Amino acid sequence: MRKFLLLFIVLVTAFVFAGRLFYLQIYDTSFAKLSENNAVKTVYDFPQRGYIFDRNGALLVQNQPSYDVMVIPREVKDLDTLAICELLDISKDKFLKKLARAKRYSPRLASPMVPQLTKEEYASLSEKIHKHHGFFIQKRSLRDYEVSHSANVLGYIREVDQNIIDRNPAYELGEIIGMTGIEKQYEEILRGTKGVKYIQKDRFNRDIGAYKNGVFDTLPKRGKDITLTIDATLQAYGEKLFTNKRGGIVALEPSSGEILSLVTAPYYDPGLLVGRERSENFTKLYYDTIAIPLFDRGLKAEYPPGSPFKTLTALIAMQENVVRLNEQIECRGGYYYGKRGRKLGCHEHKSPINLQGGIAKSCNTYFCTVYKRVIEKYNTPQKGIDNWRNHLVSFGLGNYLGYDLPVGSKGKIPNSKTYDAKYPNNNWYATATISNAIGQGEVLLTPIQMANFTAAIANRGWWVRPHMIKKIQDHDTINKKFNRINKTSIEPKYFDPIIEGMHDVYRDGTASFLKIPDIEICGKTGTAENFKKIDGRVKQLTDHSVFVAFAPKDNPKIAIAVFVENGYWGARWAGRIASLMIEKHIKGEITRKDMETFVLNGSLEEEYNKPYAGGPFKINQ
Amino acid sequence: MAGIKNTLKFDWILILLFLSLVSIGWVNIYSASYSESGGSFFDFSNIYTKQLLWIFLSFILITFILALEAKFYERFSSIIYLVSLLTLLGLYVFGNNVNGATSWYLIGPASIQPSEFAKAATALALAKYASDIQTNMDAFKDQLKAFIILALPAIFIIPQPDPGSALIYVAFIFPLYREGLHFVYLLLGFFAAALFVGTLLVGAPWIGLLVGLIAMGIFLKNKKQKQKPSGFKYATIAIACISFAFSVSYIFNNVFEQRHRDRFNIVLGKEIDTKGIGYNTNQSEIAIGSGGWFGKGWTQGTQTKGNFVPEQHTDYIFSTVGEEWGFIGSLGVVILFIFLIIRVLVLAEQQKSQFARIYGYSVGAILFFHFFINVGMVTGLFPTVGIPLPFFSYGGSGLWGFTILLFIFVRLDASNYYYT
Repeated sequence: MRKFLLLFIVLVTAFVFAGRLFYLQIYDTSFAKLSENNAVKTVYDFPQRGYIFDRNGALLVQNQPSYDVMVIPREVKDLDTLAICELLDISKDKFLKKLARAKRYSPRLASPMVPQLTKEEYASLSEKIHKHHGFFIQKRSLRDYEVSHSANVLGYIREVDQNIIDRNPAYELGEIIGMTGIEKQYEEILRGTKGVKYIQKDRFNRDIGAYKNGVFDTLPKRGKDITLTIDATLQAYGEKLFTNKRGGIVALEPSSGEILSLVTAPYYDPGLLVGRERSENFTKLYYDTIAIPLFDRGLKAEYPPGSPFKTLTALIAMQENVVRLNEQIECRGGYYYGKRGRKLGCHEHKSPINLQGGIAKSCNTYFCTVYKRVIEKYNTPQKGIDNWRNHLVSFGLGNYLGYDLPVGSKGKIPNSKTYDAKYPNNNWYATATISNAIGQGEVLLTPIQMANFTAAIANRGWWVRPHMIKKIQDHDTINKKFNRINKTSIEPKYFDPIIEGMHDVYRDGTASFLKIPDIEICGKTGTAENFKKIDGRVKQLTDHSVFVAFAPKDNPKIAIAVFVENGYWGARWAGRIASLMIEKHIKGEITRKDMETFVLNGSLEEEYNKPYAGGPFKINQ
Repeated sequence: MAGIKNTLKFDWILILLFLSLVSIGWVNIYSASYSESGGSFFDFSNIYTKQLLWIFLSFILITFILALEAKFYERFSSIIYLVSLLTLLGLYVFGNNVNGATSWYLIGPASIQPSEFAKAATALALAKYASDIQTNMDAFKDQLKAFIILALPAIFIIPQPDPGSALIYVAFIFPLYREGLHFVYLLLGFFAAALFVGTLLVGAPWIGLLVGLIAMGIFLKNKKQKQKPSGFKYATIAIACISFAFSVSYIFNNVFEQRHRDRFNIVLGKEIDTKGIGYNTNQSEIAIGSGGWFGKGWTQGTQTKGNFVPEQHTDYIFSTVGEEWGFIGSLGVVILFIFLIIRVLVLAEQQKSQFARIYGYSVGAILFFHFFINVGMVTGLFPTVGIPLPFFSYGGSGLWGFTILLFIFVRLDASNYYYT
């Protein structure tokens, strides 16, 4: 016993110490974090964001220096609230709230106190701020927009908030992230890589040099520039044409799928979302629930396509071999169907009429007839409609197109299930879906889908996925999916009569007054009925004016879809705008000044105000 | 003489353990004290360079110690002890105040701390006295004499003030116990410690009440069993305990300085403090805790580099081990110390001469106490008591003190084989 007591105590001590060390070093990880916090300071060097150019190399977006007043709450000492509030030109409440928020984020790390000072404010502040412990001015780069258009394309950036940091810990408070448009889509490329400096601190919180001699330090890498397929001139012109109108334009280069122009109206200056006025301006845009300027109509709006859809009906009918090219179909002022002789009206035109004429004159009867044949070719309407749908899907309809912008809609192409759900016992026939033939009924397309099928027609049977990206700095190629050719299910030989019909629309059809000298245009007008819920009641509003076109007829350079909300008949507004856009793109200048003036001065504001004026109103005037 | 030399068998395990601890210690002192802006390696203003010098000088010291005959230490132990006491007393006349304690002689560029050497001297004196054929450890008179031998240096050291160094003399209770001191003394020691901590935790009145109740309980139980209860005996013990509790309370509140009180309160969990007095321990725990499994690597400790742990190259050197070598490294150092202590104790048991055995046991107990209190303090288990980690902490006096302590035993042990 006497021999072993001390030995025993020594061994027990060994185990106690081993246990204590294990607890401190392995089990309880909070010590490791404390160490990182108090011994090593991390300082970030924010990189410059990449520039954005248009297809011709014109600079759209670059950077400007900006200055933020930052605070490190732990280092705030001898705070003279009154003086600093006066200096920063903010209220005491706001100051205290911001300080509390900064403390919550981290007492040791810098948080922005007053972001985005102007150069003048910076100049006056920089002399005085050092008197206030814990406050300093940090230089950062902000977006500088060289153009006042394309806000919907470029998107905006903002400072990350706690939510974003929680989801993506790669971001630090004070850093910037792309929220919409190209800024969001190509965030990884534009962002660059922030530089990091680790600074060893001593117990007095003084910097005593680089941590581990700076082996972990990195230099900031500037974000990469990107070149868009957008043509800035065309884009600016498109927005200008939409003055006092709402709607959208999607213009593609058919051979490449490049988006030449993507306009949504009402539009706004992207510069509004930079600087100190940003949040005020953003709130204004965000809460405009009537004009919805932040809603990209070219990508997101789903409209019944109307008559332009007839081109697809015709193509499917030929591919399904249910109509001969020269077959004449009689039109008696409308299409009669069903047991009780229901009628889908048509307008005045020569009769009977063949395919090419049907397109040129937009004869409802013709397309309803051939559509019914397509559906009834199979022994059940279910099979018929699913087959019809497959053809449309091959044009990129009924689903997201897969372009490189972060918003979009699927549109809608009905299938057998749509009608099975609608009619009891799956008891329905081709005529129940007859409106689809003329682009009404269950069919919904987004403007970019319309532009896409127009491009497919222009190409005689194939299309390239629409995209915005033309070149990324230091990258040889863009995403392969933007080079791949997608074949439609329609054989190329069937396209020529359709194209001739669309050409006739300009030559002597519904858009003959939109002819452009020396350019062979093919187009199709459309008029889409629309309804809107206002004050809880669904009301019919003036039709949307729709137009799709491509030009020139051979070797097409541009395929375009234009929607003008409540613009009434197709050629009236959409057709004019499409025609001017085509001329601008191909010729570079406008020869028909009177038409340009008419469009620029035309306003639909009165039309838009009608439903909100109270009381009954007339449509389609 | 040549014949003797050839048959001396030094315990190479002890020597290897000593060498490895000293070298690992120096490696960590280097890391804790160097700075990039510092001078060249051979600049003697560098702490690590100075320590390297002490280490080399200690080798010369070792040669001397081993060269002397074993009998020398036994024969001259009283003289060594007396000289040691004189150097301690001399501090009150010639001593210099460093960091608030008059524990140092300043001789030219060097400073000497006699309390570091007094431990070996006391161990020699105790061994000499206890191994004397006329000393009977069961007799109260001889117990008292032994106690006086131990208490004198401690009494001289406390007012320097250096209570940490004085505390080490408690370690001698183990060799005395080994030599036949009654178990009650050990128990008394533990009981006093338990009462001490208990009093600080819940206060003297509660402890007094508890002790009184227990004494009453035992008294009544014995009465029931019709044993002749000695009420006076139990009452005396109870009163002694209660007055001890109250005196602890009194000493703690009136004799201790605030910093001492704080240290206890923090370890007992009565106060949470990370900035003031608890700063050392807190930073030390952070440094050790941030080491993880394998540590941050030599000279890569961020806490060490930032000088967050005060006195890191001296008393807190173990936190550098913890931060830079991780769990594996610090466990390795703990194991080396345990090996060293056990090896000393095992060799002590094998000594033929009672003098060598008691001395060896004292060496083991002193090394253990230092290790126990220092590592306990650095890892936050005990209150801050300023004593060094043997062979590790920076300081010439400390290193030499432990070297002398250990190598006298190595020399005695070597002769053990010679005599057999």
